[in-house]
Amino acid sequence: MAETHRITKHPILEVKEKKVITFYWNDQKLHAQEGEMIASALFAYGIHVFGHHVKDNSPQGIFCANGQCAQCTVIANGIPVKSCMIPVTENMIVQSCNGLPELPEVNESPSFDPIEEYETDVLIIGGGPSGLSAAIELSKHNVPLILVDDKSELGGKLVLQTHKFFGSIKDCYAGARGIDIAKILSEELLKYDTATVWTNSTAVYVFSDKKVGILKDNTYLLIKPKILLNAAGAREKMLVFPGNTLPGVYGAGAFQTLVNRDMVIPSKRIFIIGGGNVGLIAGYHALQAGIQVVGLAEALPECGGYKVHKDKLHRLGVPIYTSHTILSANEKDEVESITIAEVDEHFNPLPNTEKTIACDTILIAVGLNPIDEFHQEAEEAGVEVFSTGDAEEIAEASSAMFNGKITGIKIAKALNISSEKIPEEWSKKAKILKSPPQKTLPYKLPESEEGVFPVFHCVQEIPCNPCTSVCPLDQIKIIDDSLLGLPFFEGKCTGCMQCLTVCPALAITLVDYRKDSHFPTVSIPYEVGNHPIESGQQIHVVDIDGDLLDKLHVVNVRDTKTKTQIIQVKAPSHVAKKIAGLRIQEPAVSEVLENPLLDTIDDSVIVCRCERVTAGEIRKWIRKGITDMNQLKQLTRAGMGACGGKTCESLILRMYKEEGYALQEITFNTRRPLYIEVPLEILSIIKEK
Amino acid sequence: MNKNFDIIIIGAGSVGVPIALFLAEKKFSVLVIESLASPGQGQNKKAIGGIRATHSDKAKIHISLESIDVFSTWKEKYGDDIEWRSNGYSFPAYTDEHEKMLKGLLKIQKSYGLNIDWISAEEFLKIAPGVNPNGLRGSTFSPEDGSASPYLSLNYFYFKSMEFGASYVFGEEVTDIKKECNGYTVTTHTNNSYSSEYVINAAGNNANHIGKMVGLDIPVVPDSHEGGITDAVQHFFNPMIVDLRPAENSKNYYFCQRPEGQVIFCITPEPPIVGTDSRATSIFLPQVARRMLELFPRLKNLKVRRTWRGQYPETPDGFPILGDTELDGFYLAVGMCGQGFMLGPGIGKLFARLFSNSLSYDDMDNMKSLSLYRNFGSEEKFK
Repeated sequence: MAETHRITKHPILEVKEKKVITFYWNDQKLHAQEGEMIASALFAYGIHVFGHHVKDNSPQGIFCANGQCAQCTVIANGIPVKSCMIPVTENMIVQSCNGLPELPEVNESPSFDPIEEYETDVLIIGGGPSGLSAAIELSKHNVPLILVDDKSELGGKLVLQTHKFFGSIKDCYAGARGIDIAKILSEELLKYDTATVWTNSTAVYVFSDKKVGILKDNTYLLIKPKILLNAAGAREKMLVFPGNTLPGVYGAGAFQTLVNRDMVIPSKRIFIIGGGNVGLIAGYHALQAGIQVVGLAEALPECGGYKVHKDKLHRLGVPIYTSHTILSANEKDEVESITIAEVDEHFNPLPNTEKTIACDTILIAVGLNPIDEFHQEAEEAGVEVFSTGDAEEIAEASSAMFNGKITGIKIAKALNISSEKIPEEWSKKAKILKSPPQKTLPYKLPESEEGVFPVFHCVQEIPCNPCTSVCPLDQIKIIDDSLLGLPFFEGKCTGCMQCLTVCPALAITLVDYRKDSHFPTVSIPYEVGNHPIESGQQIHVVDIDGDLLDKLHVVNVRDTKTKTQIIQVKAPSHVAKKIAGLRIQEPAVSEVLENPLLDTIDDSVIVCRCERVTAGEIRKWIRKGITDMNQLKQLTRAGMGACGGKTCESLILRMYKEEGYALQEITFNTRRPLYIEVPLEILSIIKEK
Repeated sequence: MNKNFDIIIIGAGSVGVPIALFLAEKKFSVLVIESLASPGQGQNKKAIGGIRATHSDKAKIHISLESIDVFSTWKEKYGDDIEWRSNGYSFPAYTDEHEKMLKGLLKIQKSYGLNIDWISAEEFLKIAPGVNPNGLRGSTFSPEDGSASPYLSLNYFYFKSMEFGASYVFGEEVTDIKKECNGYTVTTHTNNSYSSEYVINAAGNNANHIGKMVGLDIPVVPDSHEGGITDAVQHFFNPMIVDLRPAENSKNYYFCQRPEGQVIFCITPEPPIVGTDSRATSIFLPQVARRMLELFPRLKNLKVRRTWRGQYPETPDGFPILGDTELDGFYLAVGMCGQGFMLGPGIGKLFARLFSNSLSYDDMDNMKSLSLYRNFGSEEKFK
């Protein structure tokens, strides 16, 4: 077997040489890179099915890639483990988990070490953008703190973001890439002696005796903080449709983890459900990794994400199906195609609008839910608690950073360490950074046909201003200086192209009439190096909406410090200003198959993935009048599995809604410890022999 | 809704629901009033599902044998799978004291009809392979004891009781009980009033509070226990294992493997933690993990999935309080000391005979020994 599913070059990410180790998969000798997770080592060989469920023998594989579910369980050296969380080790024997795993025999009686307990002023759960920002602010105030993060590297989801960030340069590093922001923030935090940072450390519960259980590497310990900050982020929402549990259907976050962290190629052709920023960016990341994006469907008439994100993806050649929903993921063992359909204003699929498109992976990016349980637990335990970032309210990372900083100061004040007043404008700005896209204004091209100037293909108000900060002549401005406003250029341009390379949406081009006023040179920012563009090559240039304008030859390709390339073409003057990008994915790639595959949405669709509980079983009890979700769980086992209802709870609530219930008629599930499953061996602190 | 009933039961839990079931089966009109949203949401759902007749007195052995009969024949009778299995109970002994005590009880237990015996350490290791053999002296084993799902059992008892005509109100907390000339009026916090000739207090943790409404002081005090459940693995041991040895800050603990492969466990803190605070403490998991691994090292690779804390409504002697009171028509089925789930159906049957005037001499004797007016001097050995 060949290990062919690895990313060997990437326009943004560095492909590092790593030590190669040997492991075994069901008696096959394979190779892995030292330190990588078992799941990723298997994906590198194109192995996506890790086992079969005990209840119905359905294929199991990666779903969350985040340690939250147990669908990627394999047997490693005899012990059942979550393959997305456990690194491969030399000569590890990995077997697929078919049905229930067998518990290995153990004959030695254990002895135990005492449990370690720590006290601190502030415990921060989560080292993503908001947690890091809060920790830095607290450290500036000399507040002793412990920050725990369940990954091996700080930065949370920032480490997966290869694109440049929106927001404001001054307040949240806009224009820099997520991966670079993660480095800046973690390096800054590590400068402070008062901050203790534990990676590979998962908080499992805030107990009533005000202690927080932490699973750190392979030990269990307790921390008693004066104040808890929940910066644990969010989890992805799921959908119910036939085939929704096939290996190959997973969240956009899981996809980004596989591609941008582990640098494996999980698929050749993806389809994305959800036109929010997460789905749009995941599509962009896929293209950067050399993966075809055969379409994106959004149920609303417009994508909910930033229009510039959508336009960027669409220009590159990805079809965007608005007012469309997924009907099914098709085939038995792994995804082979998707069927979508147009929807009416009530989101009901319209007959005869079904389309089937070949793909091997379907990304679900239909929104996020805050991880709010630590907040609730702390309140119940009487521990003073704050939440920030997505754990408080779902928004962009730029907002998470700024709000994290404000929360840090609030905590310092709560500890009586700071009496600093939080400026009123900060809360205004915090609000703006959180704001969804605003108005779309008419698209206007400059009238001038001489000299050199930037053209903005940016028509929707979003909180973003990096272009205004980089112009050496300070000629790019926003009306009223509002972060939400649209940029405009007036006056002089040197043609330095800094605005082109800083724009997160790659929505600025430069048109230069100075050498040839009939065939001005157009400079287009580009960063999909897995589709290399070379001088002399003919490219398809497109307008803001992705419509073909012309086929032109590239006259020059310039590399820049920001890793964004500048592609230059000479264009006839009637199209020059209209050029907003270039198409790299030809329409044939995303062609709709001749005959749609139709699978009726019946009762056999899985709602609870862990316990394989179908929509039919749940609907049956809802129709019998069961309104207490605890009782529903007792009758069906939906929510009793490894993930603890993290995925199915919102799906079941939606089913109640479909059946005509109002939210206040429903009694919610009782939440219980633990956040993730923990082996008894670790909880007992067995002494190492 | 009709507001007049023959019998009002307060509490739709482990005990109230099966009483309603068997009274409704006898055609009594029954109303069950429950403060929570659905049946079994108090302590029933926190039970780990063990069902045994291995007790140290006649009344509980009799009631439990009848319970086992209900659990074990339910599927055959009504078709619902409540996950009954006769996987047996074992009380392994590692000390001389426990061996003597357990063996001493065998005679009494057998005389009341219990199928129980002493098995050697070797035999015990066959049904629970991997248990620590060091110092193991043997174990009691009662193969007809077993387990069922408290979730499914109570729900199916509930559905069946409604088929038989029982009525339920949920989300209403009883705030007042008035004695009328020919019965009782029960009022709830939503200002609904219901009347009946008889009232049965089956209020679990709230038994004493409900008693006070009619001037009774019922000696039931809840204390807290914590339980947990692991992920599922292939079947690897059979019986419920009860380790009676005390340790620092805990008394016995017990666990078994459920039919779907999950191991479910529970521990008894010492000294008792009185009160109804159901929040999880940080002490429980390391404490129970160490004790279980010491007894059964093989458990170490099991992952704990969920934990919870619930109460045992305790009485001074560890036995339930059943039957009539000085108030005409006011009955008690309270103080189950953590055994409401396993005793419930037997108590339900007993109450059905009580109300249809068909108590046997044994029944009368058993009710007397569990009366509110007994001398609470003895002590249950298998609390």
